[in-house]
Amino acid sequence: MFILVESIRAALNSINAHRFRAFLTSLGIIVGVASIIALVCVIQGLSGSVTRLFQGLGTNNLAITSFTSNEKQLSGQFARLNPEDLNLIREKVGGISAITPVLISVANASSMSALSYSSKKGYSRVLGTTYTYQKLSQMVPVHGRFLTDSDNRTRRRVAVVGEEVRQKMGMPANPVGEYIEINGEWVKIVGLMEPKGDAFGVSQDDYVLLPYDTMQSLIGNQNQSDIQILLTVEDLTAAGEIRQRITRLLRASHKLEDNQEDDFKIQSPEQLLSSFSDFINAITYFTIGMVSISLLVGGIGIMNIMLVSVNERTREIGICKAIGAKRHHILLQFLLEALILCLLGGLIGILLGYGIGTAAAHAMNFPLSGVPAWAIGLAFGFVSVVGVVFGMLPAAKAANLDPIVALRYE
Amino acid sequence: MNPERHAAVPDAPAPDTPRGADRPPQAGRKDVIVLDRVVKRFVMGGEELRALDAVDLRIRQNEYVAVTGASGSGKSTMMNILGCLDRPCDGRYLLNGADVTGLNQNELAEIRNREIGFIFQSFNLIPRISSLGNVMQPLLYRGVVHAERKRLATQALERVGLGARLQHMPNQLSGGQRQRVAIARALVTTPSILLADEPTGNLDSSTADQIMQLFDELHKAGQTIIVVTHEPDIAAHCHRVIQLKDGRIVQDYQNAH
Ligand SMILES: Nc1ncnc2c1ncn2[C@@H]1O[C@H](COP(=O)(O)OP(=O)(O)O)[C@@H](O)[C@H]1O
Ligand SMILES: [Mg+2]
Repeated sequence: MFILVESIRAALNSINAHRFRAFLTSLGIIVGVASIIALVCVIQGLSGSVTRLFQGLGTNNLAITSFTSNEKQLSGQFARLNPEDLNLIREKVGGISAITPVLISVANASSMSALSYSSKKGYSRVLGTTYTYQKLSQMVPVHGRFLTDSDNRTRRRVAVVGEEVRQKMGMPANPVGEYIEINGEWVKIVGLMEPKGDAFGVSQDDYVLLPYDTMQSLIGNQNQSDIQILLTVEDLTAAGEIRQRITRLLRASHKLEDNQEDDFKIQSPEQLLSSFSDFINAITYFTIGMVSISLLVGGIGIMNIMLVSVNERTREIGICKAIGAKRHHILLQFLLEALILCLLGGLIGILLGYGIGTAAAHAMNFPLSGVPAWAIGLAFGFVSVVGVVFGMLPAAKAANLDPIVALRYE
Repeated sequence: MNPERHAAVPDAPAPDTPRGADRPPQAGRKDVIVLDRVVKRFVMGGEELRALDAVDLRIRQNEYVAVTGASGSGKSTMMNILGCLDRPCDGRYLLNGADVTGLNQNELAEIRNREIGFIFQSFNLIPRISSLGNVMQPLLYRGVVHAERKRLATQALERVGLGARLQHMPNQLSGGQRQRVAIARALVTTPSILLADEPTGNLDSSTADQIMQLFDELHKAGQTIIVVTHEPDIAAHCHRVIQLKDGRIVQDYQNAH
């Protein structure tokens, strides 16, 4: 214990005597740790806002979309969901409190449609849906109203817009009663929805909603169109059973053989969330792997400088040995010096990484959830191992010096 | 001061005691150092060189010895062995009656720390720590706690007249002051011998004289001292002079004081 405390004191003195060099020495470690921590901050923050986003979608919701496997895509066969599928589910599956089709305009690859208002032109996502969508997506009108059942039945040329659309088209604060042109067709705005803000720097308020049937008549050819089906289950515990029933029903209606895979997907927010976290985890492990390599390189840097420092201080080591330093005194001092350099580098890296994470959170507009303890533990654990492993060689070299040879060193 | 010269007349060796060299000027005092046919060989470019050639030497407590001889005669080699920095190739070295010939590096480090105070020509202070820190250093290896180290080191520095230079860094001190710090560092562990290899070699003559006066005082206070020098007036301070030539002791006499 005595030796440990005194060796730490000596190591700190020596680091303090060469502050700038110590900083350069641990630069590799600082950068490595900073990138780990920044990454973890960003991922944690993103996961947090993604989780909140999906929670906003409602946990009782299921989304059914068509799914075309890669092979099928190559042979030009695209799976579709159509209004018959919707009716089938509506009629044959119980325990569903709300169900609505969503028609997505597929005019181009980005699924954005051209808009114009007075002389302004712009693009937005145009969806065709029913009044039920309001409940499913928890939208609240600021001005006007949401789409109604009668809008749909009478194919009224009306639309509901998000705040982002209002802003980018330069509409008045209350756009109700204004007309916009969508793909050459004029529709009247009947409602402006409350803004939901950004997620990952992407606005969630960039949409134009039309009545489902209005949109279908505007797009034309029904058979070509592919719809999404959104539904809410009454009881979450029954969600699994409802999924199975829908799967059986759709497979039968799409006449799929037993050996064929589903040509649709039923997804819940949890599922999306878990595939999102799988994705995030994959990125995390990959990056941690990369950063580990950079930390190893940082460790080699430390070893290098420590070897130089042992060389430079050969005479000093000789003096210490001449006045009675044993092997372990010298070994411990140099080992602790490497370790402390690594730990200081780790500490600076954590602060720096947190700073970068904060800046990134600010730039990408998501809330920061702080640095988790495990990340700090991992960083310190890793740099300690690096310090001991790469400090050992220089320390052993110093400790094994012959006192006379060391004293004579110029 | 004219030293009264005596030829070295070795005693007839007793069968069961090591063959020490000198007659007993201070009979009854115990032996601090006994070298028994100590040999140190160096191999340089395939050629063997005997830096010490079967040296017998006996030094008693509180002796004040000068080791002289031409450059390359083996003075430093002998001091390194006496200081347990190096090991003899042959023969035995008894320090305070204990054989230290077969000890390993760590055991030798312990002996250096407890029994030996070594003073070098080039001072050998650690440049980045203060004089106080330098003097505290040997006590660290002995496990003395910080406050006690500080107290003892301050005392040692006061003893060599540097009580007012505790916080000075080595490069803020003159050569003579640096050597005093080195002497304080050697003394702080209260060693049984003080070994100084040309301690005044880097100093001007008046500073050298001050250092030798300090040695005189330490000797009066009971310290055993061995000083390597090739300057006659430095050797004149000492009570006994040993002359080396080609790794052998060729003269060993008492100075008249
Ligand atoms: N490490 C060494 N390797 C080879 N030869 C050495 C070594 N140390 C000393 N010598 C040789 O041993 C002889 C005695 O050297 P040294 O004891 O330093 O002499 P002095 O101190 O009396 O000038 C010299 O010839 C020197 O060259
Ligand atoms: Mg010499």
